[in-house]
Parts: sequence; C-alpha cells; structure tokens
Amino acid sequence: MSKIHIEGLHKTYTSKHGPVTALKEVSLSIKQNEFVTLVGPSGCGKSTLLKLIGALIRPSRGTLLFDGAPLLHPTRDVGIVFQEAVLLEWRTVIDNVLLPTEILGLDKVKSRSRAMDLINLVGLAGFERRFPRELSGGMQQRVSLCRALIHNPSVLLMDEPFAALDAMTREELGFELMRIWDTDKKTVIFVTHNITEAILLADRVVAMTPRPGRIARIVDIALARPRTIEMEFTQTFKSYSDQIREVIYHGTGASRS
Amino acid sequence: MTAERNPAELYPEDETLEPSDSTLKAVLGATLTLVALTILWEVLVRQFQVPAWLLPSPTLIVESMVEWRSELVGHSMVTLYETLMGFALSIAISVPLAVAIVYSPLLQNTIYPILLALQSMPKVAIAPLLALWIGFGTLPKIVVVFLVCFFPIIVATATGLAAVPAPLMDLIRSLSASSLQTFVKIRFPTAMPHIFVGLKIAITFAVIGAVIGEFVGSESGLGYLILVSTSQSRTPLAFGALVLLTIMSIVLYYGIALVEHVVVPWAPRN
Repeated sequence: MSKIHIEGLHKTYTSKHGPVTALKEVSLSIKQNEFVTLVGPSGCGKSTLLKLIGALIRPSRGTLLFDGAPLLHPTRDVGIVFQEAVLLEWRTVIDNVLLPTEILGLDKVKSRSRAMDLINLVGLAGFERRFPRELSGGMQQRVSLCRALIHNPSVLLMDEPFAALDAMTREELGFELMRIWDTDKKTVIFVTHNITEAILLADRVVAMTPRPGRIARIVDIALARPRTIEMEFTQTFKSYSDQIREVIYHGTGASRS
Repeated sequence: MTAERNPAELYPEDETLEPSDSTLKAVLGATLTLVALTILWEVLVRQFQVPAWLLPSPTLIVESMVEWRSELVGHSMVTLYETLMGFALSIAISVPLAVAIVYSPLLQNTIYPILLALQSMPKVAIAPLLALWIGFGTLPKIVVVFLVCFFPIIVATATGLAAVPAPLMDLIRSLSASSLQTFVKIRFPTAMPHIFVGLKIAITFAVIGAVIGEFVGSESGLGYLILVSTSQSRTPLAFGALVLLTIMSIVLYYGIALVEHVVVPWAPRN
C-alpha cells in the first residue's frame, strides 16, 4: 500500500478574473519512506499539491488517500517546514521546537528529551536557550526542521525550505536533511524550484509545469546513497537534469529564465 | 561537499543590544543644547526687559513653581488621575473589543468600519458636549482621555492580532490547534508589540485629552491652572504647569516603554 495515493486530483481557485486551475488531473503514488521532490517553475502547483497533502486545503475533485484512507482533515502524522522558519520570536529555540507537543498535549518530559536530541542532531547543541533573533537564517531553519519532527510524524512536508538561504547553507542543509532522513526514515515530500537540489535529494523527482499545474514527468533517481556533491558532475546526473529541464522548459514553451 | 561549519562561529556570543556610543552622544548633545537654550532665554529676557506676564524668565518660573508647589502638586495629581483612569479604561475596553472584531466577521463588517470612520473625528471637539452631558467633575475628562486613547489602541490591537504570518497559521492548523490555543500561544503574543505601539501613541494623546477636558470647564487640574493663571496674568505659574505637564507626558511615555521592555523583550526597538 502506498503511503500517499493521489488520483485525478484537481484544484481550482476562484479569483477576480474567474476560476483558476491550480492543479489538473494529478495522479501520484508515494511509497512509505520515499523521498520525493516536486520541482517546477512558479505557478506549476507544486505548493498547492503540498498543501493538499497536508490537508490545509481541500481538493476540488479527485482522490487523495493517506495510509489508504481519504484525507479530510489535517493529520498529526505530518510535519511541515516552510520557506520562512516562522519561529515564535518570544520563545527560545527549545520552546519553539516544543510548540507542536504543547498543542497535541504530548508528555512534557519525553518531549523535552526528544527536543534536545533533535537539537543536537541538527548541530544546534548549546543554542537551545537562545532566541530566534540571535540565530542566522540557516540555524533558524534547522530549528524549524526540529519543530516539524518533534511529534515524530511519518510524513515530512517541505515547501521550498532552503530557498531563502544562501547557496552554501542550502547545500549544507540538504545533506543534513538526508543524513537525518537516513537515521530516521520518513516519507518526505520536498518542493523546490532548484533542479539540482531536486535530483540530489530525491528517490523520485516529480517535474511539474504550469497553466494548468500538472505533472509533466516523473524521474526515478538511481544514484547511490549517501549522496555526495561530486555526483552532481556525473553524466547520469546530467542526464536526469536534462530530462527534467526538457519537460519544464521546452514542454511548455516557457522561456528558460 | 562543503565543510561543516560550527554554528557557534556563525553568530558570535558578544553581539548584544546594549545602548551604543551614538545613543549616549545623542542624549548628551540634547541635554547640553537644552541647557544652552535655557540660558539664552534667561539672558534675552533680562537684556530686553521682557515683562513677566508676557514671557517670564526661567528663574522666575522656577521661583514661582517653588512658591506654588503644593497647588502644583495637587493639580498635577488631578490631571494624572484623569489621564491614567481614561487610559486604563481605554485599554480595558479596546483590547477585548479588538479581539471580538478580529474573531467576528459580523463585527468586522459592521462596527469596525464605523469605528475607523469615527477615528477621523476630532475627539477633543466633543469635550464641550461631555461637559453638557456629565458636568464639570473629573468624569467628563476621563471620558475625553478614554476617547482619544481608544482608537490608537483598538487599531493597533486589531492589526497585531491579524499579523500572524500565513505559514505559521498553516502550521497551527496542520496540528489541529483549538481557537483558544491559537489565541494564547500565537495570536496574542504576536499582537503584543503592536499593542504597545498603540499604547505609546495613546499615552501621549491621553495627557492632551485631560488638559483639553480641563480647559472646557473644571475647577482643578493643570489645564485649569494654566487657564486661570494666564487670565490673572500669573504667567510664570502657567509656565510652571506647562513644565509639569511635559514632564508628566515624558515620564508616562517612558513608563510604558519600560513595561514594554519587560513584557515584550522581543519587540523591535527604535
């Protein structure tokens, strides 16, 4: 059974200029513990698809199964990381990480020790009493990752989580995410507009195109794990990249910008 | 692969928010300028023998303040009482009302637009009507203060409560948080710095409101004292009252700023 099963999913928004089709006829099955990246230009519906999987919005039509059951309400089995860390300014690092456990009413002592483990895992040991404003963007995003993982969800939704960071930090966090995923397997759905990042992280890359948002191609990435930065320069990597670029840029006639 | 950087190196420990050298310079500069201007005032008044009922010298003002100290203290207390009561009443009513407005689409579409429109009305112009309706005691002054404070506080609170970033709301929804949890853990703390901006604007209006209320008709307060002493050509005393009003305003403002510093230490500072 797939962890997430999507079939014939449509999402239409109403705007001032009439209905806008954000997603059209999307079908996708994601296996348990699979790392899937959604890549494509703005307006291809990748974030919309992520929000649908998080049950933050309702589909207009189609099937969306989570663990085999229709997804009607947000489930606690999901952790979310956004482009902005959106930490609570008035809470320390550890209290930010603990926020979901307070809302879900989880055991305080256990949660605290798990929070400390996660903070150590992302390399922020010693920073747990600091406030968000004292942290760099990359460190804030690490905290946000801990917050998404604290209640041990089986699915991690990431909406361009590293897009606001500089290239070096982005790379570093990508490898760190893979390391964490390797030790504590989860189903990860990761949205990005960076093709290199999409390939390097994923088991499967879902390439999407806009107007209307739909899946143009799904590419299986057969690169060995753990992934390394050197893989980016291999012929295999380039061929994946070409396959994705082809559908994203030429498939729609969109300019290469 | 990029080398793992130690996060500790990214942000040095000693980067604190201490008042900088430039703040100290500004305070010192302003103080010296004020002293210089006061001396210039004294010298000019003496040099040109300006009559005291027109423009008293600083020394004369101080003398008169010492002479009338018990009256000045008494009237100050009245004005301070009106200011604080009106301000407190305003907080007590506008903050809960702002919460209701933010949570109720009905109020948002009925009461709130009217309130925003009423904001343009010069509230002090109602003071004579208030005197007509509720007389010349302290109550009409408290009502004027309440009115001038009401709008900045309600607008700031409503804005603050709505200022939660959209992704954060998504996160909270994904955890199926209750409305109460969302309010207590997210919305209200997010609104706090905004509320304090409103409070700081309101407290400066508050003193003005109290004085205007006293101008319209009263038997006590610093506004009353200014009115009476100018009509009796006791100008130094009017200046004394003015000095006290200014001090009161400044102290109240920094009092709020101090509370802000304690309650919302994460608020951005200017």
